[in-house]
Amino acid sequence: MADTPKPDELAKIDHAPPLCRGWMSTPVDIKPGIYCYGGKEKNLATVDMPNARDWNPAEEDWKLPEDWQETVHDGFKDRLERFRSLKLFMDICVRCGACADKCHFFIGSGDPKNMPVLRAELLRSVYRKKFTLGGKILGPLAGARDLTEDVLKEWWSYLYQCTECRRCSVFCPYGIDTAEITILGRELTNLLGLNTDWISAPVANCNRTGNHLGIQPHAYKDMLDFFTDEIEDITGLRMEPDINRKGAEVLFITPSGDVFADPGTFTAMGYLMLFYYLKDLGLDITWSTYASEGGNFGYFTSHEMAKRLNAKMYAEAKRLGVKWILGGECGHMWRVLNQYMDTFNGPADFLEEPVSPITGTRFENANSTKMVHIIEFTADLIKNNKLKLDPSRNDNLRVTFHDSCNTARGMGIFEEPRYVIKSVCNNFFEMPAGTIREQTFCCGSGSGLNAGENMELRMRGGLPRANAVKHVHEKHGVNMLSCICAIDRAVFPNLMEYWVPEVDVTGVHEMVANALVFEGEQKRTTDLRGEPLPGMEDEEDV
Amino acid sequence: MNFMLSMLISACAAILVVLIPFIGVGALDLQFLFGVLIPYAAMATFFVGIVVRVIGWACSPVPFRIPTTAGQQWSLPWIKSSPVDNPRGQGGVVIRMILEVLLFRSLFRNTRLEYRNAEGSPKIDYEWEKWLWLAALAFHYSFLVIFLRHFRFFVEPIPGFVRILESLDGFLQLGILPFNGMGVPGVYVTDLLLLAAVTYLFLRRLYIPQVRYISLPADYFPLFLILALGLTGMLMRYCIRVDITAVKELVIGLFKFSPVVPDGIGVLFYIHLFILSVLIAYFPFSKLMHFAGVFLSPTRNLSNNSRMVRHVNPWNYPVKTHTYEEYEDEFREHMIEAGIPVDKEPEPEEEEKKE
Repeated sequence: MADTPKPDELAKIDHAPPLCRGWMSTPVDIKPGIYCYGGKEKNLATVDMPNARDWNPAEEDWKLPEDWQETVHDGFKDRLERFRSLKLFMDICVRCGACADKCHFFIGSGDPKNMPVLRAELLRSVYRKKFTLGGKILGPLAGARDLTEDVLKEWWSYLYQCTECRRCSVFCPYGIDTAEITILGRELTNLLGLNTDWISAPVANCNRTGNHLGIQPHAYKDMLDFFTDEIEDITGLRMEPDINRKGAEVLFITPSGDVFADPGTFTAMGYLMLFYYLKDLGLDITWSTYASEGGNFGYFTSHEMAKRLNAKMYAEAKRLGVKWILGGECGHMWRVLNQYMDTFNGPADFLEEPVSPITGTRFENANSTKMVHIIEFTADLIKNNKLKLDPSRNDNLRVTFHDSCNTARGMGIFEEPRYVIKSVCNNFFEMPAGTIREQTFCCGSGSGLNAGENMELRMRGGLPRANAVKHVHEKHGVNMLSCICAIDRAVFPNLMEYWVPEVDVTGVHEMVANALVFEGEQKRTTDLRGEPLPGMEDEEDV
Repeated sequence: MNFMLSMLISACAAILVVLIPFIGVGALDLQFLFGVLIPYAAMATFFVGIVVRVIGWACSPVPFRIPTTAGQQWSLPWIKSSPVDNPRGQGGVVIRMILEVLLFRSLFRNTRLEYRNAEGSPKIDYEWEKWLWLAALAFHYSFLVIFLRHFRFFVEPIPGFVRILESLDGFLQLGILPFNGMGVPGVYVTDLLLLAAVTYLFLRRLYIPQVRYISLPADYFPLFLILALGLTGMLMRYCIRVDITAVKELVIGLFKFSPVVPDGIGVLFYIHLFILSVLIAYFPFSKLMHFAGVFLSPTRNLSNNSRMVRHVNPWNYPVKTHTYEEYEDEFREHMIEAGIPVDKEPEPEEEEKKE
């Protein structure tokens, strides 16, 4: 694994591309620290992906199939016929450059091929050559070029340096969405078996065990049992969850990352506590080990793979006979649920329109997918005074909120998390306008780029977000970055450690659970992390 | 290819476009070719080309509902949603599209990155940058007004709206020379705006390093053509007059499909007409198609209601999934041991075999 440069080294970024040498004549450089390892044979084979073999992007020979050019040509043509977005976005860009400095990877790396417009031009140039008259006749004069092995490598390199965050599409006067280009470009690379290890392994795991991490059902239950013990230590109450229980009213699905790694585990404990709190108020909910993954790394592979993995949610809801589904805090999971799930695997006519059993609120905005975001669910509970909260338990936190790309620009959840946060903690500070809400900056590690070997890329891509956090840290003493995304929770600790070490990371429901006052609980001295609550520092020492 | 080569090639192509009618009409007297045949061919290419292109786009379906949401979703009744930036229904989409098409709303959001690195501590700011938006607006609207003003040459009698436009557009009452009169007409604001905007759009391609890097010949060429179109038009109006009556006779003849080629129209007019012909014939094959494409953009013209209303993918097909039965078959023993409910109890025979 490559050494990641120190922050002061990495901060030397030149955003001016070379003057004389054009981008088409600049060959790709597959750099350690930037690229992710190639997908392994067994993981591709287990989900029937083509050209399954072990390969190394750093080596000259990528072990491509004989007829790879034909495969890409046919795959490209097929996608142009199936996706208006692709066809349109190949044709109408005027290269105004409004998107250029909006990409976190360009800001953090200065690599001109990370400008969204150029990332798309990598594909467009080949599109022109293959599918337009001008490109066929005029070649480079029309911005067209052949698909050579070097060009393919360039595609691969930059398609896996995009987190599909859609920030550029907010600024594009024609709504050209690089995420769409990356998604379909990655589909083309997957026709040749060119996936990364960090995407293909979770896909294979999710297919078999129900979650990305490959946690088997008994181990999954072990983790929830462990959380139950922890919670009992803190509150004195035993809050056992139900697992795979038929006949429950609600099925709960959340990213498996929250069951496995800190600080997401504290968010998972938050869910357990909230559900226990609501049990007497009428919540009848179960977890599932078969559908134990909210996230969908299939979405970073192809639409088909996204659909395959997503199918488990409705299948499990049907098997268990629940009425509707509640989804945990996650980013791309919710883009898939909001914009794809019903189309992929619906209609969910075996489910009922979601109604909160506690408040009676009908979630009309989810009456077709039948899936409610937990932040909507909790905001509704708080608005209806169903939760007894003591926000002072979070007084040691000075909190800011990171809008996750997918819930921001692929859904539009902005107010619900802010309402919940402000209800459960007293110190909330916004990052500067232009870095939040629809203009929020990506964590730099989304869309399957949260591997270990590409740490330099991740630190670069996360720089704009970290810079905004640093601003509120210096201005308001912010020490906690909250978010509603499991990938955020998995990657922000590294990013903060690197750029703003004084700031920690939390999910919103961890803070909810800290503030939640239970009847009959013992006097709490610590938060969910086992750290002393404000005013309890001395008792901790005793 | 670098920017100098791109620019050079485009400039040469634009110069060629000017030279062809200069020689064709000026030296070879091919008035009918340049005044009738080529404009007809160009118009046919323009209309057929655009229709073919748009039908081509429309033939590809929109399998998924993928609007870019740039505002609060419609969720709980007490949360204020953004009906335009995150439209729930068709009404919001229409307003979003109108703002996008008429006011370039997304471009209005543009900012400029300001990156400073003081002693290893990076500082990122996003500065005010509305020049591109302003220039784009000025360019498109000037072009529109100039086009509408040209109805003076297409229709007899001159329509009322043209006269109103002309008087509004000429409100500056300026002459091209430091003094008015001498038979030189007053200056139209849109002429100046168009020139200024095109010049700005060209200069920013040279001046801003990122834009310079991404620019292709296909970006310079239409700019040069439009610049040449504007300049030849203005030359005719302000400096080298052509026989307007004869021009109008030719143009009206074209539109009535009974073409006539009156004598005595200056070659400058034929150059102007040829540039226009090239521009509109080039149109359907070029990035200029963005004018039609923007209406079809699925990130803008769809409402964000896919949790409320099922969106159907016309080519949806069944996929292979790993079923619960397969899953339980693999993990049944572990599940039973851990106390997780199972659908199918292990059959006694299996148990015996294992024992």
